[in-house]
Amino acid sequence: MEEHTQHLFEMLSQVDGYIYPNELDLQWGILIVLYPYITGLVAGAFILASLERVFKVKVLKPTYHIALLTALSFLLVATLPLVSHLGKPLRAIEIMITPNGTSAMAIFGFIYLWYLMVVLLLELWFDYRRDMVIWAQQMKGFKRFVYRIFTLGVNDLSPKALRWDEKLGYFITIIGIPSAFLLHGYVGFIFGSVKANPWWSTVLMPVIFLFSAMVSGIALVMVVYLIISYIRKMKVDMKCLDMIGRYLLIALILDFSLESLDQIHRIYEAEESFEIISLLMSGQLTYTLLVFQVLLGTIIPLIVLTILQFYKKNIRLRQTLYMVVGFIVLIGIFFMRWNIVIGGQLFSKSFHGFTSFKLQLIGSEGILMAGLWLIIPIFILAFLLWLFPPWKKTEETAY
Amino acid sequence: MPKHIRRLLLLFAVLITLFIIVRQVLIPDSFGQFGHYRGLALEENKAHVARYVGTDICAECHWETMELKTADMHAEISCETCHGPGWKHIEEPEQGQLTIPEGREFCGTCHSRNPARSASLIAQVNLSDHNIETNCSECHNPHAPWN
Amino acid sequence: MELKNKKNRRDFLKNGALLTGGMLIASGMKPFSALVYATNHNEDAEHWYGMAIDIEKCIGCGNCAKACKIENDVPEEPFFFRTWVEQYTILNDGSKIITSENGGLNGASQDYTPDEIFKSFFVPKMCNHCTNSPCTQVCPVGATFESPEGVALVDSTYCIGCRYCVQACPYGCRYIHPKTKIADKCTLCYHRITNGQVPACQEVCPTNAKIFGDLNDRSSELVQFIKKHDWQILKPHMNTKPKVVYNALSGEVN
Repeated sequence: MEEHTQHLFEMLSQVDGYIYPNELDLQWGILIVLYPYITGLVAGAFILASLERVFKVKVLKPTYHIALLTALSFLLVATLPLVSHLGKPLRAIEIMITPNGTSAMAIFGFIYLWYLMVVLLLELWFDYRRDMVIWAQQMKGFKRFVYRIFTLGVNDLSPKALRWDEKLGYFITIIGIPSAFLLHGYVGFIFGSVKANPWWSTVLMPVIFLFSAMVSGIALVMVVYLIISYIRKMKVDMKCLDMIGRYLLIALILDFSLESLDQIHRIYEAEESFEIISLLMSGQLTYTLLVFQVLLGTIIPLIVLTILQFYKKNIRLRQTLYMVVGFIVLIGIFFMRWNIVIGGQLFSKSFHGFTSFKLQLIGSEGILMAGLWLIIPIFILAFLLWLFPPWKKTEETAY
Repeated sequence: MPKHIRRLLLLFAVLITLFIIVRQVLIPDSFGQFGHYRGLALEENKAHVARYVGTDICAECHWETMELKTADMHAEISCETCHGPGWKHIEEPEQGQLTIPEGREFCGTCHSRNPARSASLIAQVNLSDHNIETNCSECHNPHAPWN
Repeated sequence: MELKNKKNRRDFLKNGALLTGGMLIASGMKPFSALVYATNHNEDAEHWYGMAIDIEKCIGCGNCAKACKIENDVPEEPFFFRTWVEQYTILNDGSKIITSENGGLNGASQDYTPDEIFKSFFVPKMCNHCTNSPCTQVCPVGATFESPEGVALVDSTYCIGCRYCVQACPYGCRYIHPKTKIADKCTLCYHRITNGQVPACQEVCPTNAKIFGDLNDRSSELVQFIKKHDWQILKPHMNTKPKVVYNALSGEVN
């Protein structure tokens, strides 16, 4: 028993004020920080892709497939930190077998499957079917084998079949937008509906999650696009990049406004929990909230992106700035998730004290493990880009 | 409808059917018997063995002590409050692991002076000045403290 | 045969309509009947168990917390409690100090002299067995639930250990068992109360500060206690409708 609880005795000295005795240990650690972070990246990247297809923002064409493949790579990993965090990971399937109708968490499995199977995979399938049929005939070995399977053994490339692909793909993108909203708004609801926790319980939570998802997803696609262009020595389409930058700016402004509104509302209403929450924000969350999330992740990007709206001269400098902005926004959103998930557990529900959180380096809940969960999607993305290279697609005729 | 769409629909139909079958197989037997949970879980919770047996059982053998106790201030207190759970003792009285607590600290958990304790409810002493170096039981019989 | 079938069907329809109408009326009536009678009881259930805790009688000895750990195999480290005792101390300068050293397992100590203290009291805490339990509401798989008697229980063979219930409990009454990694909580000693015994915490309480009983039984000691005392519940604004009620609960208690 000792090894299970040794760290708790050490934590005891870090307690400030009074906490309920069961509250010493944080229930949700860095893996649960990753969960809204990764799903947010997925939803945001998908929404950026939809802009091109549904809202006909043609400038974004170079990033359309990159955005979809990025979304898929991260979505494939999204559930893994969750499942590995469970006390009984082998029982995870129960959430699909006997989902509890009153639980906000219960339908996650279905929303996830819907998004993976119906939205992302189908959209990509309709998009790549023609190419897969062609590639299957051109190539050999592993790739040919994979394409064969994915085409379901049908090589029909008649105009009629292609029209169906195009129409259905468009239809899927349209239902994909509300699905992306659902996917991440829902993650926000999981936290926002916990009435016992005043730091989480706000009706704005799903909306805030949604906009922060767009911010992080757009930033991710921007960074991925720049890196791919650099590696493949392709010329960066500056019009496209500027447009992504503009959308990032808009999403950031909306996100920042909503989060500010949430905080102003808290301060003005000054409910029972106000005192402990202001102590939390000025105490344990100083760095992660004020420095990383607000200053680094929001204010600085806002300023730089605004300047980039007007400054159009040095292409190299602009690319570098976009790259830097993309990175710090990604860091900022990570800490936004951190502040919500970890911050919400640092104070006692008695509102009379704080516990502390010490991040481990190793172990299943440690930094290295979390880093691994963030690196795996990048490898998946590299693999997907190799298997389904957007730059080798035949020119579409339809759109 | 083109062939590949039909194949796709078939694939989805197969996957959904598979899921439904697997789900049916995996739902536990008693699930939903009383509500959205395994009905058997009620029985499993009931099956836990009680450790504290209650004063009535103690009185079956220790009636003399009981008589002494019921006549004084500690009458209402369960034997197991001080002596610990009796579930093993009632099975094997000789090897029972009941404790006979000793020392001023033990009595102090109830009787040391504390402003949070109602003065009219319970007799309280300052352990640091009330007959120090004397064990409580030298003056007070725990089963009949005022006797 | 044909005729009989028809009659059966008509009967079925008639009974169905009656039943539906009756249910509608009953459900329409219910809110009002709930207002009339003090605490939340459920007349559909045979038993509707609850507990009263008398703060005036609690002397903070911690025997309840100790006995609970023994009775229910709760890990002995002081970070896992199904029931614990808090000591509230309000000083003359108005500051509020809450302590629960080792959850009250070894009794309570007081760091302040009587001269400095404005008032002080103990509050035993335990699962409130809410009528609107946030914990059973959020369980994604149905591994924690309310028994037909209104007791919030955990199905230890079914819990996936997602910890959502721990987050959802406003009272901090749940913990994750360090060995089994599943949620654990007060069962109101379900194995005892369904066997005619009182919960272990009440069994060992030297001052009878805890009163277990059936809220549906008006002659029970619990209902009589509720009738005679100005009881209060914890965090009423959460609308969890606890079945654990407190006598003489002071406004300082969180």
